[in-house]
Formats: sequence, C-alpha cells, structure tokens
Amino acid sequence: MSTPYAKLPAWADYGLIPVINLAVAFVVAGFVVLLVGENPFRAAVVLVEGAFGRGQGIAFTLFYATTFIFSGLSVAVAAHCGLFNIGGEGQGYIAGLGIGIICLAFDSVLPWWLTFPLAIVAAAAMGALWALIPAYLQAKRGSHIVITTIMFNFIAASVMVYALVGFLKPAISMAPQTRTFLDGAQLPKLNWVIELFGAKIRSAPFNISFLLALAMAFLVWVLIWRTRLGYEMRTYGHSSKAARYAGISETRIIIIAMMISGALAGMMALNPTMGDQHNVALEFVSGAGFVGIAVALMGRLHPVGIVLAAILFGMLYQGGAELAFEMPAISRDMIVIIQGLVILFAGALEHMFRPYVQALFASLSPKSVGIEAIKGKGA
Amino acid sequence: MDLFNAIIQVLDSTIRLSVPLLLACLAGLYSERAGIFDIGLEGKMLVGAFAGAASASVFHSAYIGLGMAILISVAFALVHGFASITHRGNQIVSGVAINFIAAGSTIMLGQAWFQQGGRTPALASDERFGAIIWPGADAVRGVPILGPIYSELISGHSVLVYVAFLAVPFTWWVLFRTRFGLRVRAVGENPAAVDTAGISVAWLRYRALICTGVLTGIAGAYLSMVQNGGFVKDMTAGKGYIALAALIFAKWKPVNAMFACLLFGFLDALSIRLQGTPLPLIGKVPVQLMQALPYILTVILLAGFIGKAIPPRAGGVPYVKER
Repeated sequence: MSTPYAKLPAWADYGLIPVINLAVAFVVAGFVVLLVGENPFRAAVVLVEGAFGRGQGIAFTLFYATTFIFSGLSVAVAAHCGLFNIGGEGQGYIAGLGIGIICLAFDSVLPWWLTFPLAIVAAAAMGALWALIPAYLQAKRGSHIVITTIMFNFIAASVMVYALVGFLKPAISMAPQTRTFLDGAQLPKLNWVIELFGAKIRSAPFNISFLLALAMAFLVWVLIWRTRLGYEMRTYGHSSKAARYAGISETRIIIIAMMISGALAGMMALNPTMGDQHNVALEFVSGAGFVGIAVALMGRLHPVGIVLAAILFGMLYQGGAELAFEMPAISRDMIVIIQGLVILFAGALEHMFRPYVQALFASLSPKSVGIEAIKGKGA
Repeated sequence: MDLFNAIIQVLDSTIRLSVPLLLACLAGLYSERAGIFDIGLEGKMLVGAFAGAASASVFHSAYIGLGMAILISVAFALVHGFASITHRGNQIVSGVAINFIAAGSTIMLGQAWFQQGGRTPALASDERFGAIIWPGADAVRGVPILGPIYSELISGHSVLVYVAFLAVPFTWWVLFRTRFGLRVRAVGENPAAVDTAGISVAWLRYRALICTGVLTGIAGAYLSMVQNGGFVKDMTAGKGYIALAALIFAKWKPVNAMFACLLFGFLDALSIRLQGTPLPLIGKVPVQLMQALPYILTVILLAGFIGKAIPPRAGGVPYVKER
C-alpha cells in the first residue's frame, strides 16, 4: 500500500482522468440545476453557445481566461515546489496598488506601450512582495504557508480599502476607486484578431494582456522543466529531504518559488484594471485568485493544461453570464458551485476513480499498466 | 457613568460578535486535533446559516431551523471527510472546494426558492431564538456597577450564546477527560499508534468531523437566526477564517480558544464603536487596521514572536495504513 497506485499511460493520466473528474463535477452541477427546477441539458447548451456561439462571446471568454491563466500559473509554480499558495487573491489585489500608482502617475505623459511594462513590473513586484513575507515565515520560522497566505488575503483587502478610500481616489469623488485612466494606461484590444475570422464584436474587453499571459505560460514551462532552478523546485516539491541532501537551500528555494508565484498572481491584476475597467476599484479581483486553484488542478500543473483549463473557466464565466440572463432561476453563482465541484473532484478526490480506471486498463491490456513487466521480473 | 455604560455596551457586543467565532473555533478544534485541517469552516457555517434560516421560515420553528442547520453542516463535514479520510485527498483543497460550493449554492438556492436576491424571508420573532431574560434582571438594572453587568452582559442573550460558552468547558472535558478525547488527540499526533492499538483511525476522524459539523451548524444558525433575522448572502464574511486564526492563536486549546475569540470579538466591537473617533495618545486609528488586526496578530504569532504555535503533528497528512 506504500505505493497505492500503479502507473497509467501518460495520456490516461493527463487526459482521461481529468476528463472523468470534470464530467463527474458537471453531472453533480447538473443535479443542482435540476434542484432549482431547470433543465440541465438546455442549461449546458445555453452555456456553451453563450461562450462560443458568437465572436462577442469568444472575446469575453478569452478575456476571463487571461486572468485565470495568470492565477493558475501562480498556483502551479508554488505547487511544483510543494507549496500551496492560497494567497493569489491577496497578491493580485495588492498588485492593484502598484498598478494604480503607476497608471495615475504616467497615463498622461507616457504612451500605453511604455506604461504597460512599468505596470507589469509594479504589479509583479507588489505581488512578489506580498508573497515574500509568508514565504520567509514558512522558510525561516516554520509557520504554515496556507494559513499565512490566507491571513495576507485579508490584510491585503484591508490595505486596499484603506488606499482606495484614502489617497488613491480623487479627492472630490465619493466612490472608493481611482479616476478613470487616460489613454496612456489603457491596453489595446485584441478583438480584431477574432474579427479576422469573420465574427462581429460590438465591444469586449479582450486585450493585449492575453499575449502576456501566453508568454508567461511559456516562461513557466521553461522555468519548471528547462532550468536548474525549476529542477530544484521540483526536487524540493517531491521530497524536501532529498533536496536538502542534494544541497539545495530550503530557504532560498521556498522564497524564490513563492515570489515567482506572487509575481504571476500580481500580473493577473493587469487584465481587469488596465484592460477592462480602466481604474482600480474595490474587489476588482473578485475571486480570480481562487479560480486559479481550480485551473491549476484541472490543468495538472502544466502550462498547456492551465491555458486550456483557463479557457474552460473563461467559458464558464462568460457562458454563466448568458445562462443567468436566459434562465432566471440560475444566477451567476452557478459558476462558483461548478468551480467548487471541479476543485473537489479534480483536486481533493482526484484519486477516486483512478483504481477503476486502472482495473479497466489492466483488464484491457495488462502491459499498459506495467503489470506484465513486474510479473516477468518476479518469476 | 457614560464611560462605564460605553464599556458595558462594547463588552456586550463583544460577546455577541465572538459567539460565532467561538463556535467555529471549537469546531475547528475537534477536526484539527484529530489531524484534519479544516479550511472549510467558513463554508460549513454558511450552509448552516442558510439551512437554518430557510427551514425556520418554511416550518415556522426555530428548533427545526437549528436542526437543519446542524444536519446540512454535518453533511458538508462528511464530504470533507470522504475526500480527506477515505480518499486521502488534499485536505486544504477539499476545504477550499467546500467553501466554494457553500458560497455558490446558498445564493443560488436562496434565489431560486425565495426570489429575494439570495436572502431568505425575514424571520418572525417566534422563528428566531429570542433573548433569555434572567430572573431579576430588570429589578437590578438600577443597581450601580453590578446591575448593568448582570442585566446587560449576563442576562438577555439567546440560548445559543449560552450554548457556545458552555461548549468551552464541555469541549475541554471531552478532549481531556474522556476516552474519545484521548483518542482524538492521539489520532492527531500519531495515527499509527492509534491504529496499532486496534482503533479505527478513519472512524475516529469521521466522528471528530461530525462534532465539527454540529458546531459549525450552530454557529451558522446563530448568524442567521439570532444576530440577523434571516440569511444574507456571504453573511459569514470571513468569520470562518478568523475562527481558524483564533484556533492557532489559542494553540489548539479550548479555554484559550474562548479568550482568543473574545479578543477578536472585542477588536471587532471596538472598531465598530470607535469608527472615526480619535483615541488618546494614538490619534485616529484607521478602521481597516482594526479589522486587519486579528490576521496581523495571527501572523505574528505564527512567526513565533509571541510563544510558538505547534499544530497537532499529524495535521494535514492523510493516514495510509501499511500492509
């Protein structure tokens, strides 16, 4: 029982099992839809059509996906190092402070393509800084990173309220948000890319930070699987003892991994602020940091999987909005339930169906799960 | 006398505000002592609050409401157990999932069933837990000092408040003076030893989680049926996490938990009371700082600057029986 599960072929491990878990999550979600007296099949059709039916829907889906790619990558980088960064929400939120300061300072003087890199640096730095303290406390003082990052989410919320009702908002305004950014801090839209394929888009906030998200996904792949640092992180994640024995500094690797994770979480703030609302407002992250957990689990911590899972969740957000419009009994909170179910079935219960899948594979072709090889050796 | 009355008022609201924290904190105590991390206190409280208020308004009975709150909350605790005990899933991931499912389903079902934007109908007074006036409370109100303390602080709370504070010695007794409690503590420290003694680790942990579910259910019922006359969406507003913070602050001990919750409740009451008024010596304290203080204190404690918080040793690790 020490190694409870035999190996499955890679495609089953990375493809089949997530799909089964996802399917179960959706079946349970279907029961919730039944419970409020709607037809789950019609709901599914409305959801998919709302997300991909028209160019407008696709643009919104990709807009939401942009944020989730960042937050998913953030969770994944920490997870490869064996750390559970549940603080993406707070790291993203506090990054809004950096973005706000940069944008308010430079939007009247610099063009967007100069403000944007500055804002990226500011957002990443704030996010990394917010992850640094929990990381330091984990590495040096042994306090549990999950608890400290949760606490930092709340502290970030308080800091942001303080900043937004205080120095960030214009003095004459009552609303706790910054003034609207000028052209110098508004990211160009990417809607024309979708329009190339013949779709018409009225207005959608799909913007250039999507490209940044894709670039980051590639960089995370390079980092984790093609660099020495990534190797050290994965080693530490698999076995902290082995890492220590190999001479990897525990403190250094925890702090670096968490700061990268925090920087990625910080960058997710660019999309809703500079890309969409053109201001920094209260609660602008609105749970995207937590969605990252579901996205990372769904994508099996691999950047390609994360991009796909982020698009899936983008689809749920966009389709869910359409669904709430079409079916009054279903509100947008349906997405929150689906997220929870995905986290439950793809995360906490990820091994639930594995024995059955293994039994199936073993009966179909024993070689595929390596049973024959073991028998051969034993005999 | 004005100052005295103000103090009494702040202390009175301290008690009211710390009750849900205390119940949730004790709930977390059972599960964490048994070696199961529970980030899902927040979610379980939320479903408890919803189930309580919804069934109280449908069946017109506060006690049916309380019963349903406990039942649904225990059901969620069992889901957590199913994932983290039976299937050895990641306990934190499972807790996060429960919080999400709770947050989404309470709003959606509330909207679908009552059509009031995620609220449940306002509860009539016989559908809530009313205040219990202790004998002689009105008579002694006029007595200086002791009168207001008796009539405001001790008397005049709902039954759930007294349940919460009685749960503290009861929990202490269960954990430190009963066989079950000894085993719960043992399974949180060294499950293999418990297993060797021929006691089922899984069943013990499930029972601890049922205790957790009962207490979070009561905490939820308190929020929606005592503090508030009905369910409002996201009404737990992070209380589950503050309870978690209090649990760490209390170093996983029941009596300490009560003091930690009273402290956090006091900070909350004070921040409401002091909104905008300057303090002597310090000047005007931003209300956000007061709100963040429980979290900051917990981080400082966790960092080991105020004593050291050592969690149960087997916490968060699924138990794998060696064959």
